Amino acid sequence: MEILVCVKRVPQVGGRIVITPDGQDVETRMSGFAMSPHEECAVEEAVRLTQRFGGTAVVLTLGPPEAAEQLREALAIGAGHGILLETDGREWGPIATAAAITEAVRRKAAPGPGYDLLLFGNEAADTGDYQVGVRVAESLGWPCATGIKQLEIDGATVRARREYRGTAETFEFGLPAVVTVKEGINLPRYPSLPGRLRAKRAVLEQHQPQWSADGLRKTGLRVPAERRQQATVLGSGPDAVPALVRMLEELGVLR
Amino acid sequence: MSVLCLTELDATGSVASTSLRALALARGLAAAGTGQLAAVVFGPADQLPLDELGGAAVTDVYAVPPEHLAGYAPRAWASVLAGMIAQAGATALVAAATDRGSEVMAYVGAITGQPVAANCLSAESAADGTYRLVRQRWGGLLLEDAVLEATAALLTVVPDTPPEEENEAAPDTTEPALHLHRPELTEADLVVRAAETADQGGGASLATARVVVGGGRGVGGPDGFAPLEELASLLGGVVGVSRVVTSQGWRPHSQQVGQTGTKITPELYLACGISGAIQHMAGCGSAKHIVAVNTDPAAPIMSRADYAVIGDLAEVIPALVAALKDRG
Repeated sequence: MEILVCVKRVPQVGGRIVITPDGQDVETRMSGFAMSPHEECAVEEAVRLTQRFGGTAVVLTLGPPEAAEQLREALAIGAGHGILLETDGREWGPIATAAAITEAVRRKAAPGPGYDLLLFGNEAADTGDYQVGVRVAESLGWPCATGIKQLEIDGATVRARREYRGTAETFEFGLPAVVTVKEGINLPRYPSLPGRLRAKRAVLEQHQPQWSADGLRKTGLRVPAERRQQATVLGSGPDAVPALVRMLEELGVLR
Repeated sequence: MSVLCLTELDATGSVASTSLRALALARGLAAAGTGQLAAVVFGPADQLPLDELGGAAVTDVYAVPPEHLAGYAPRAWASVLAGMIAQAGATALVAAATDRGSEVMAYVGAITGQPVAANCLSAESAADGTYRLVRQRWGGLLLEDAVLEATAALLTVVPDTPPEEENEAAPDTTEPALHLHRPELTEADLVVRAAETADQGGGASLATARVVVGGGRGVGGPDGFAPLEELASLLGGVVGVSRVVTSQGWRPHSQQVGQTGTKITPELYLACGISGAIQHMAGCGSAKHIVAVNTDPAAPIMSRADYAVIGDLAEVIPALVAALKDRG
């Protein structure tokens, strides 16, 4: 089974987000980078499926040369091959990103064997656009399910499950297909030492796709005005419990 | 030249609160144009909340009844909406940024080749035919100001934040005109179709719980949650956890509060051993009151909580449980 899993390099944000002085980007001089959380699960799912059914989990990212780091993270936990669609650091919208990924899928299908399954994270942590998987599926004419938290593959049939407002929705369709997954579908493993060494040595496939504008233009980023305050300290340790009980009474949450 | 809004109904047959927010944004766009605002509802035409839709300034309702299209089929819904945009010469299509709304809108974007502006908080049309938008990034931790240029603006609206101008003049409450819509669907539209079954997942009760007792890294391991569970049950609430806890496998992901988990809106969020990373605060920032129990008085959660107890949750929570039991 040939699986392509697509990941995006995003800043690792901890306690707070800082904007660059020009108001255009997230300040990343002090932060590390990682793939988006949903995508860590997409990589894990791809590795599990190829361990079960054979074949290769190929990991792809579209981003600056430094995004090779995220490909190596995926290779370290068991992906077999990495593809970097290299950009000049500009932000790519969902239409241009989907076009570049579609091109990569067709490039693989031309000599064959093509991919059976494309996995994405449901949405990237930074932009949250929720579109690239669907747009790729549509341009390939493949079925697609999004927001998936449970995935079964039985021969050439995909059964994908998600929750919607307290109801479980199950989608069933044939391969080849596109599935976007959410954190919770699995618990990603930690890379092993041999895995890391293999990832470090791996040769990455590289292409330079063409950027295009897509009609939605960012003019600036802002941190929203938030409730910032200092908590009223009720006390320390178990001695604070009477004050805590009184406060819960005042808030009206005691039954 | 109308504005369309994909409108979902809740279990009681009223307009879903998420769709009310989408309608509020759509109403602003319609008011700046011809005033025509059309709600598109997939469901039986004889059970529509027409009064409520009229109250939301909807002038026309297009119902796609189940005999023409039963159940949820994302591409079919999108294909119906894309057809309506073309037919009505609509200037904008708006939907709530729910899983369904976002998914359907992505298909509409893909089918029409247009951009989609996701997770908008506000949108207004400018004199040059473009739209000025404010949309969320990083699950609401950042705001983006953007300009959208498109033949028809495709917008999804953040479902869990109230619209900025809630108290406008009361809109006209004339009952909207009801149109039955019979879609022309292709086989490809119906390949992906949802089969629905009652869910056993705990996500829904976490999202709507009045009290949430949160546990983070400070809980120490999978065995540390019993006092939190006991406290939650005494308070008529549920346990929620941080991402560290689910990544360690201490608790199931269905209990995660945060950007990649559930967004909660309780009266009280009692955050125990949680540092307050922004990925977590994106999920609990809408709690009415936050109380933190933490050994570290400098933890980020201290600047977001209303009250705090400095101390080890393994001592504080059992003492609180005992005190609440004594109280009867």
